[in-house]
Amino acid sequence: MAVTLSERAASHITNFLAKRGKGVGIRLGVRTSGCSGMAYKLEYADEVPEGDEMFTSHGVTVFVDPQSLSYLDGTELDYAREGLNEGFKFNNPNVKDACGCGESFNV
Amino acid sequence: MALLQIAEPGMSSAPHQHRLAVGIDLGTTNSLVATVRSGLAVVLDDEAGRSLLPSVVRYHPGSQVDVGYPAQSMQNQDPHNTIVSVKRFMGRGIADIEDVASLPYRFVDAPGMVQLRTSAGVKSPVEVSAEIIKALRQRAEAAMGGELVGAVITVPAYFDDAQRQATKDAAQLAGLNVLRLLNEPTAAAIAYGLDNAAEGVYAVYDLGGGTFDISILRLSRGVFEVLATNGDSALGGDDFDQRIFCWMLEQGRFEPLSACDMRLLLTKARDAKEALTEHTEVRVTAVLSTGEMMDATLTQTAFNAMTASLIGKTMAPTRKALRDAGLSVDEVKGVVMVGGSTRMPCIRQAVADFFKQTPLTNLDPDKVVTLGAAMQADVLAGNRAGDDWLLLDVIPLSLGLETMGGLTEKVIPRNTTIPTARAQDFTTFRDGQTAMSVHVLQGERELASDCRSLARFELRGIPPMVAGAARIRVTFQVDADGLLSVSAREQSSGVEASVQVKPSYGLGDEDITRMLKDAFTHARDDMYARALNEQIVDAQGLIAATRAALAEDGTLLDAAETAVIEASIAGLEKLIAGTDHHAIKRGVEALNAATTEFAQRRMDQNVRRAMAGQKLETFG
Repeated sequence: MAVTLSERAASHITNFLAKRGKGVGIRLGVRTSGCSGMAYKLEYADEVPEGDEMFTSHGVTVFVDPQSLSYLDGTELDYAREGLNEGFKFNNPNVKDACGCGESFNV
Repeated sequence: MALLQIAEPGMSSAPHQHRLAVGIDLGTTNSLVATVRSGLAVVLDDEAGRSLLPSVVRYHPGSQVDVGYPAQSMQNQDPHNTIVSVKRFMGRGIADIEDVASLPYRFVDAPGMVQLRTSAGVKSPVEVSAEIIKALRQRAEAAMGGELVGAVITVPAYFDDAQRQATKDAAQLAGLNVLRLLNEPTAAAIAYGLDNAAEGVYAVYDLGGGTFDISILRLSRGVFEVLATNGDSALGGDDFDQRIFCWMLEQGRFEPLSACDMRLLLTKARDAKEALTEHTEVRVTAVLSTGEMMDATLTQTAFNAMTASLIGKTMAPTRKALRDAGLSVDEVKGVVMVGGSTRMPCIRQAVADFFKQTPLTNLDPDKVVTLGAAMQADVLAGNRAGDDWLLLDVIPLSLGLETMGGLTEKVIPRNTTIPTARAQDFTTFRDGQTAMSVHVLQGERELASDCRSLARFELRGIPPMVAGAARIRVTFQVDADGLLSVSAREQSSGVEASVQVKPSYGLGDEDITRMLKDAFTHARDDMYARALNEQIVDAQGLIAATRAALAEDGTLLDAAETAVIEASIAGLEKLIAGTDHHAIKRGVEALNAATTEFAQRRMDQNVRRAMAGQKLETFG
């Protein structure tokens, strides 16, 4: 079971964390909500969350809570640019279908 | 799929409910928009990667409108329909605009705010500004992939109510919810994180393309107070270009220039100025349409010498602002540099020498205000945990109303933190008075005529009562944007009237600084004027009361006694016409003395009337 970052995502996160001035890594998760059942969570982690699984990818520490991990296993977090917009993208092999915009999904 | 940003711990939003908020710097020359992305404030660029949007709007016949660079490029070809620096007209009447004659616009003198006649019809400055905001909103929505919940828009610290309201109206017209209007120097201070720092006094030195502003801020308990502002609305980077341009003319000994060559040389001048930021000398070459050539070298030393007087012109207002704030240079804890012109090494050096410290320059001076606004917008949109970060602003000039005798009664003093509400009770001046006019003022002076009139309204339907019996509560409410609403309510009857202050026209920054300065220099005159007016009001009240009593109970006096009182009244009336408040006071005392016996008899008579027909034991 693992979650990884693309190189581009990792370098952005490293940069963000440095400018933010605090934080030990990022924390990924899923929760039940949204039009297709599940939604991603993407947050900074200021301290090591208890009970979380911990991964290191391209030098960035990634925390995932155990319940979420079953839905996120094999996911690669990427950083993408679409026109003027830019941000993070979950490439999650577990997703069966997603809503139009992809913000919520089903496994 | 949608692109996500990293949220603060525990602050992830539900899908489709991102609280997208931006900060907008609606500048005189250029405007910018910024947001907070994954916790960092970033300025949003357009498709071509440019962050500045020239604040220029061009109207075509019909409904097509150009904003930004395409409009700016047509500024010389289509001057009537291409509106530049519209910020200067926001909330202003035609009388407030100094150089109307030299501007290419067809002004329409409308009540309240000046309007501009274009080939697309008559446009108000609010509509023109709305076009700029709309362009920024579209840029932001494209860059953030969703609709904005709102924006924080910055305004100069000296903007009065009319100018703030006009800015807010423009945003609403552009379909943007205004979370807060924020003072530009305050935004710059936030961008540098000064609001997280310890308390202290900070100076914000803002030299833009065509305007200079200096603000002295004090941070205490999370509140930025604007202690003083000063500046020069006709001084900026363009003047530095002009100096180089003059130098070029001297070097080249050119024939009279065509408009086209003049523009060419000005552009070269600007390039030279920018090059001198990084290099100690620059070679300036140009070929004019007449075939004349110039090829010369400008050194930084020569440039500094030719612009020293311009830098001096920014130091005089800076000194004045400090003096107005009652502070010395040593008390200033930090200096923030804002505006593209502060990139010039000579400016940084002059500011460093003046304040005896290195100014803060590590953020892009063109972007610092927008970044601060974006950070504030992020907080107001609810994207950060904890509310300790919420920043408060203050009222720049006191708000009050006119009382009898043309005096100002301050209801909310300046530098009160907003939002705020204050109430004060007033009463009627004459017997049977059924209406009261409420005149809302802004300013520091004692006399209403020296303050700025914001609004007038009437409270009608006050039940007739003797003078001084009615209790009228006037409430001033200022929202978080510094906008005022005033209501008046007669307490016994519940009659109410209110006004949302949409003032008729605005004041210039010079007016504001002048008004503040006047308030200090005229403090003594004002106190005298106030004393005089108070005495006059007293005297008039006493005369009116005496006359009313004579009309009612004149029979209690004989002819000689009446004559004495009449003479006292006449004497007092003559004194009122003069300006000696001590004399008026003595006159009032004299009339009081002259009527003591009369008042006694009236009392006796009233008691007799009241007791008539009553049995003695009722009073036992």
